[in-house]
Amino acid sequence: MPSLGADMEDGTLVEWMIKPGDTVKRGDVAAVVETQKGAIEIEVFEEGTVHQLTAELGQKLPVGAPLALILGQGEAAPDTPPASPEPRPAPPSAPSSPAPTVEPTVAEAPPRPAAAPTPVARPPQDVAASPAARRRAAELGVDLATVAGTGLGGAIQLADVEGAVGVAPAKTGTAAVPAHEAVKPSPMAEMRKAIAAAMSRSKREIPHFYVSQTIDLTPAAQWLEAANADRRPSERLLMGALFVRASALAAARIKAVNGHYTNDAHVSSDTVHAGVAVALRGGGLVAPPVFDAQDKTVDETMAAMRDLVTRARAGRLRGSELTMGTITISALGDTGAEAMSGVIFPPQVALVGIGAPQKRPWVTGDRVVPRKTVTVTLSVDHRVCDGRQAARFLAAFDDLMQSPEAL
Amino acid sequence: MTPQELKAAFIEELIKVAPDIEADMVGDDDHIQDDLELDSMDVLNLVTALHARFGIDIPESDYPQIATPALAVAYLAKSG
Repeated sequence: MPSLGADMEDGTLVEWMIKPGDTVKRGDVAAVVETQKGAIEIEVFEEGTVHQLTAELGQKLPVGAPLALILGQGEAAPDTPPASPEPRPAPPSAPSSPAPTVEPTVAEAPPRPAAAPTPVARPPQDVAASPAARRRAAELGVDLATVAGTGLGGAIQLADVEGAVGVAPAKTGTAAVPAHEAVKPSPMAEMRKAIAAAMSRSKREIPHFYVSQTIDLTPAAQWLEAANADRRPSERLLMGALFVRASALAAARIKAVNGHYTNDAHVSSDTVHAGVAVALRGGGLVAPPVFDAQDKTVDETMAAMRDLVTRARAGRLRGSELTMGTITISALGDTGAEAMSGVIFPPQVALVGIGAPQKRPWVTGDRVVPRKTVTVTLSVDHRVCDGRQAARFLAAFDDLMQSPEAL
Repeated sequence: MTPQELKAAFIEELIKVAPDIEADMVGDDDHIQDDLELDSMDVLNLVTALHARFGIDIPESDYPQIATPALAVAYLAKSG
């Protein structure tokens, strides 16, 4: 069970995507796990052959607990599965804290059910449901359109399908799930807890400081309008894609704001995985990254953002997308407040907060003219970098936004 | 298409973009961004869906004309 953020303690296995005998490589999706942040696809981080699935569907496992045994090339299978297997190597970005001891299903006081979201009726097509829920619905002959989803954005989860027909949670073997595990607080309440934990940790550990700059957005707005005029809706760009692209290029130049702070040191990154803060309808926030954003064109950046927003809303993000961002961009959108000083998403070291664009008087030469402006605020970890570097980032961002055609 | 059919189609596409919206709760004058809280990506997805469904290419400058169900019905009737 990989750590999908410093605040994650455990996850519930809801679906296997591999079976014994499968050949797997790094990046393959091995399983789907339900966490506080929704259903997440867990990736393999080694090459080899699946020997054995050791965890049970429905089992709640602490971070560090083994899920499956993968044998490398030429590696012999152990005679018997180890009773207390060694924790699997953690992904590079995982915190260095020791993995908890492997004890499946920790007994806890049953959580009081929080106010469940109002069930939402929806058309039969495009029903948002986790793969585990789809499979179980097929097994039980349940029409997903008749099931009320309690997941993010009303997505149907495994427990919703089983609740709809009144069956006990699916289980295999003897690792029974305690009955009270079925009573879950609402996913949104869980996500608020996850956000609370990450943001509290950030403000507790990271000495934030902030630098702001208001920039002339008119050239970018005009370029965008002209570019979109010739494009079909499916190919249009949003200003957000220009912001992400400019942030990625600026972060690639000023490396002090890019990367992670781990083990009391900044590990800067040559690549920019630009986290895009996505607000989930009904509350909640995730920031999956546009990978290798420094090498993507504006169109590729836009396509990646569309994909991320769609999957984030449907609760289909991958584990690596919760941990591999190297800087986060958070934009308030078209309308609203003019500036935002954001909280850094640990273990990252900077966050680009972008206010809503405003029409403001602007001095150009000796004249004052109305211009579309935007205020960009960089939140920075003072353990890693100083005001001068932060200011250089903003100057680079400003520079890049003045030549949108070159982004 | 009748105005009722256009409205039903618009709401259907709206709900595909934002599945938590309940069709019965959407008022004719609800603003898709201010009241229904669509963001710019949602609006673009809605425009893309309307383009696919009706073959109407809604330019960015016309986005205000589909900002509520009532406005959108008038716009779709005129453009279709």
